[in-house]
Amino acid sequence: MDKKSAARVVVVTSGKGGVGKTTTTAALGAALAQGGDKVAVIDFDVGLRNLDLVLGAERRVVFDLINVIHGVAKLPQALIRDKRLETLYLLPASQTRDKDALTEDGVAKVIAELRTRFDWIICDSPAGIERGATLAMRHADAAIIVTNPEVSSVRDSDRIIGLLDSKTEKAERGECVDKQLLITRYHPWRAARGEMLSIDDVLEILSIPLLGIIPESEEVLRASNLGSPVTLNNASSAPARAYFDAARRLTGETVPMQVPSESRRILDKLFGRKAA
Amino acid sequence: MSGALEQRKLLTFRARTYMAFVLTPRAPIADWLADLDATLERSNRFFAGHPIALDLSAVRLSANGIAHLVANLEERGIRVLGLEGVDVSETTTKLPPRLRSAHCAETSVRPDPQPRPPANPAPPSASPAPIPKKAASLLIDNPVRSGQSVVFPDGDVTVLGSVASGAEIIAGGSIHVYGALRGQAMAGAADNPRARIFCHRFEAELLAIGGYYKTADEIEDSLRSGPVQAWLEGSTLKISAMNS
Repeated sequence: MDKKSAARVVVVTSGKGGVGKTTTTAALGAALAQGGDKVAVIDFDVGLRNLDLVLGAERRVVFDLINVIHGVAKLPQALIRDKRLETLYLLPASQTRDKDALTEDGVAKVIAELRTRFDWIICDSPAGIERGATLAMRHADAAIIVTNPEVSSVRDSDRIIGLLDSKTEKAERGECVDKQLLITRYHPWRAARGEMLSIDDVLEILSIPLLGIIPESEEVLRASNLGSPVTLNNASSAPARAYFDAARRLTGETVPMQVPSESRRILDKLFGRKAA
Repeated sequence: MSGALEQRKLLTFRARTYMAFVLTPRAPIADWLADLDATLERSNRFFAGHPIALDLSAVRLSANGIAHLVANLEERGIRVLGLEGVDVSETTTKLPPRLRSAHCAETSVRPDPQPRPPANPAPPSASPAPIPKKAASLLIDNPVRSGQSVVFPDGDVTVLGSVASGAEIIAGGSIHVYGALRGQAMAGAADNPRARIFCHRFEAELLAIGGYYKTADEIEDSLRSGPVQAWLEGSTLKISAMNS
């Protein structure tokens, strides 16, 4: 790890809730960890934590981010190692506190310590633009903006991009947080029928580079319910493959972009019924 | 000696319009101050350096009460430039002077708790230098994001990218948008009825010139997605396509 380049802090953010930030954090975290990198995923959604459930670690939470910030526990005590991937760690949020328990200095210290131990630090931002969200993005080197192809999600993402350009440490130093767009819950057949914003529309409005397109799939829900990131639970499924590609792009690799197509939908139709 | 005389002859008075934030306290004042503190906590530099007027029409205060309120604001670094909505009887010479606004423009500046994109060349106070020649236009070469507000009372604003839905541009002069205008554009905010709004692709939520506005609902759909200009004819806001 020492020989590798410096740790990267990535925030997964969106503004709007329910677009897939936590799913994305878990899926990308697991994808990067499967490549051998040491990955810490942090749940910043204090009071409404979910990342522990999606990673299947909810029964092993003893200490959390707030405990570490308040000096109740040391960082290694609070980090939970994944049972399946030994290079994947979770720093859970506290469920009993709220976002006011996060302090700026505390978060800065935790991130600085994580930087010395990990290759990737992925911060799962809460929805909204308040304290939790701004502290989650505060120290980011890069940001993944998770957007559904619909107008409200796109506008909220635009707002978040504005905050990334003004409220982060990097922005205050006059630098620029590296921002990439991840479109989730993409329905190819709806896009074809014009019921959804097209990828081009979203890219035109937000004008940031595209990290990946994750198709809408039952696999995602199934994996969440099993407490396993989709990239671990069913690595050959369409959303998992899209997340693996996105993870490779995140490391700087050039991977051709696959726009989920109509033909896959026909397979879906054959193999399962989907509520539209 | 003669020089001094000449100078006296040259003394002139000119009227000038300025943009100021207007604070409107509500009763009870203590609660209102607490709300103000909450806003300031989020961005304590928000009012710094900006002229502030106090609109007291929503509260009944004695001269002492006003003085107390002004002092309270001063403690928070807010310097009150003048008072509005008060009777002569309520003011004393120690209080800031009374202001009467010519007309209440719809284009009042909303104090957004998270203003200023620092990446954007921001408000006039931040512009180049206090050298006599003031910049009469503002060029923004990155997109204006939702929730961002660009306020430039001194002249024209030119945006090379797009203005997002939920963003606003307020200019003393004209507004030019070379990308898509999806947010709000308010031109001629400094009482300039000759100001115009031009955009390459019209998707705006609201257009306003000199206080006269039209919302997207009131603008015909045929203008959508095309190049458009807007100007003021008397008190009517006119919008037309620019197809050449």
